[in-house]
Amino acid sequence: MSVIIPYVDEPHPMTGVTNAKLAIWLFLASEVMLFGALFSTYIILRHGSTHWPSGELNVPLATINTVILITSSVTMVMAWASLKMKEFGKFKMHMALTILLSCIFLVVKGFEYHHKFEVGHTPASHTFYAIYFAMTGLHGLHILGGIAVNAYLLWPGSKMWLTEPERFTGRIEVSGLYWHFVDLVWIFLFPMLYLLP
Amino acid sequence: MGGHQMSVEEVKKHVKGYYMVFAALLVLTGVTVAVSYLHLSVMGAVLVALAVASTKGSLVALYFMHLISEKAIIYATLALTAILLLSLMMISLYLTVF
Repeated sequence: MSVIIPYVDEPHPMTGVTNAKLAIWLFLASEVMLFGALFSTYIILRHGSTHWPSGELNVPLATINTVILITSSVTMVMAWASLKMKEFGKFKMHMALTILLSCIFLVVKGFEYHHKFEVGHTPASHTFYAIYFAMTGLHGLHILGGIAVNAYLLWPGSKMWLTEPERFTGRIEVSGLYWHFVDLVWIFLFPMLYLLP
Repeated sequence: MGGHQMSVEEVKKHVKGYYMVFAALLVLTGVTVAVSYLHLSVMGAVLVALAVASTKGSLVALYFMHLISEKAIIYATLALTAILLLSLMMISLYLTVF
């Protein structure tokens, strides 16, 4: 027996948006507060610290990673736009690029972490490194989650395009909203952790 | 419209916009890195970094996340979130800087 769920791919008459879109925005609102708590922690820790290491992180690598993440946001929105233009091949290409760029971001981050551990900088070595690893670690987990969802939507999940194209396009839009949020968090993390004196 | 009922022509116009936003984000990334080499005072550096990051963040939210044309319920959700986030930040600043 199959149950038909109403408003699965069209806007709900009460909200004017699809349920999926309202749900992802509510989730992102909770994410804003999650990261907000850590940004607030950073302010308090930094102000209470007598010595704050700056210029110890690798700015060129992080700049490259910033460009990689911004590019992945563009390929993500292009994946959605390709579906809107009914070009499934282009969607697959842009989605594959998004996943590839996300993986490169994590590899670069891995090199950075490895180097920090090698020279003895761990979450236990200084308050700065505690908040650095907490924030970039949580952000990295979000990247991992995004890769998992996007990989599902590119491979097994994309079968839905043949049967319910509107619903599938909605899924890509929602996944994209999450991905742009992850990019947005990095846009603030990058100057705060890497660039400020 | 939030991208739900858009014609192919409209989407094509949007695509041009996405690449313009992309270019702006790359330039602003360059700006924020370049400014960090100017050795401003801590307060100056924080203000510039925050201004550039907010501009970049707004571009992502307005264009990639389509907030430039979204439904009232999404704006209402985000307005509440913004109030709570700002309160949290104000409390942190009150406890430290001021």
